[in-house]
Amino acid sequence: MRIVFITSAGISILAVALICLFLFVNGIPAMAEIGFFDFLLGTKWKPANDLYGIFPMILGSIYVTAGAIIIGVPIGIFTAIFLARFCNKKLYKILKPAIDLLAGIPSVVYGFFGLMVIVPGIRMLFGGNGTSLLAASIVLGVMILPTIVGVSEAAIRAVPENYYEGSLALGASHERSVFFTVVPAAKSGIMAGVILGIGRAIGETMAVIMVAGNQAVIPSGLFDGLRTMTANIVLEMGYAADLHRDALIATAVVLFVFILIINLSFSMLKKKAKA
Amino acid sequence: MKKQKMKSLILRSIVYASAAISIGALVFLVGYILIKGVPHLSLGLFSLTYNSENVSLFPALVNTITMTLLSLLIAAPLGVFSALYLVEYAKKRNKFVSVVRITSETLAGIPSIVYGLFGYLLFVSALGWGYSLLAGAFTLAIMILPIIMRTTEEALKSVPDIYREGSFGLGAGKLRTIFKIVLPAAVPGILAGIVLSIGRIVGETAALIYTAGTVAQIPANVMGSGRTLSVHMYALWNEGMNTDQSYATAVVLLLIVIGLNALSSLIAKKIGKGNNNG
Repeated sequence: MRIVFITSAGISILAVALICLFLFVNGIPAMAEIGFFDFLLGTKWKPANDLYGIFPMILGSIYVTAGAIIIGVPIGIFTAIFLARFCNKKLYKILKPAIDLLAGIPSVVYGFFGLMVIVPGIRMLFGGNGTSLLAASIVLGVMILPTIVGVSEAAIRAVPENYYEGSLALGASHERSVFFTVVPAAKSGIMAGVILGIGRAIGETMAVIMVAGNQAVIPSGLFDGLRTMTANIVLEMGYAADLHRDALIATAVVLFVFILIINLSFSMLKKKAKA
Repeated sequence: MKKQKMKSLILRSIVYASAAISIGALVFLVGYILIKGVPHLSLGLFSLTYNSENVSLFPALVNTITMTLLSLLIAAPLGVFSALYLVEYAKKRNKFVSVVRITSETLAGIPSIVYGLFGYLLFVSALGWGYSLLAGAFTLAIMILPIIMRTTEEALKSVPDIYREGSFGLGAGKLRTIFKIVLPAAVPGILAGIVLSIGRIVGETAALIYTAGTVAQIPANVMGSGRTLSVHMYALWNEGMNTDQSYATAVVLLLIVIGLNALSSLIAKKIGKGNNNG
């Protein structure tokens, strides 16, 4: 049996190895053929003309992620502070499952909701066609809330109680004690939550596709449509062939590298939070 | 002093407002979908076969269940066995163990579209399975593997060592101890992981579009293509029609997710009780 257990444990190593192998074997030659810098920094994505520059998509992913962070992080951290330090047990028993539910809602449902509510709302308030950087940022901002709330709350709760008590004893108010002693002590843990949220946002596909407009050009404003790397893959994989197909896989390689960097910083921060 | 009070008040209001926004977003989303969607839950939506007239979601519902069972069938034993190795067999400072941990953490962070692309390249193309439930299930199995591993590991770790020592003391071997004593005690924790995984599977879209495909019928066997509920919603959007049916599908998805969440908090309660007794 022992050998069965070891083999099972080896599966995750095998899986990661295979994922890397399949992505890189197909993606790297495509990058080489297109030209590494033409691929990464090229601003024109026109497969019909053999132009494969994914710079607009890289920027698109970074923009929506930044937007999601601007919206989701402050609300998320303050909600976590509320759950950990401001809310009574009875309320907590209702709110905590609610936040968990937010995490469980499928991304297509988020996307559909965004399409039916947020996109028309933006269209009405600001004109244009509504599918935009702003719409994608709002939807993603809500989607990453539960991640940020969950990790930050755990980090805040892990701060020793005597930090808080000490601050109270020095005459500080409850709010002051929480914000100026407890929360700073939970900084690394909260940062880890934010980074996990960034990973979520940059990897999200379905919700973004439905509300971002998907134009493969660099957006010039909040109300412009844009396309992320994830959207690029889903939208065109269905009919792509030859170099076009490999260029899409190469897009996934770039996304994969982004995710690896994010994961690495997450585990480094987690270590720091524990230390 | 007055200034301090003002500051505290402002901080307090920000905290309260943020919590209200978080909860408000959830209530608004769920409420809106339910109000808009429930009236469209017609009988036609649950017809046995899909056509452009009835836009039935029933085949997708059946495919979702099949997909869930298949993925769990593959991932659950692998995940539980991996966790058993990590907790019960491996030595703490083992190179192999740290590589397993790093890779499973990496797996947990990979976006679903990358899984989808990988599944397409390996299962659909290289192995020649074509768009099929099986290709989708294998792809999802890899995706949920780290979830099952992590939750099982935690469950195993929380089984007190006295259980193991007691079992050894009575003369049971290692395997017997694991299967008769340790695993049964860890069942609620493992179940929690499985419920979490079901949630992931039900909500997954990007990893399935290019592995299980988007055919709107129930396939004859697992080598056939079929769309799950989430993929169904995406496909409806892609076709650009049938908004009402999309609302109705969203309602069904939400109900499943709410049910799963209720189930997992029930299990969590059970785990909490077990700890109090122990």
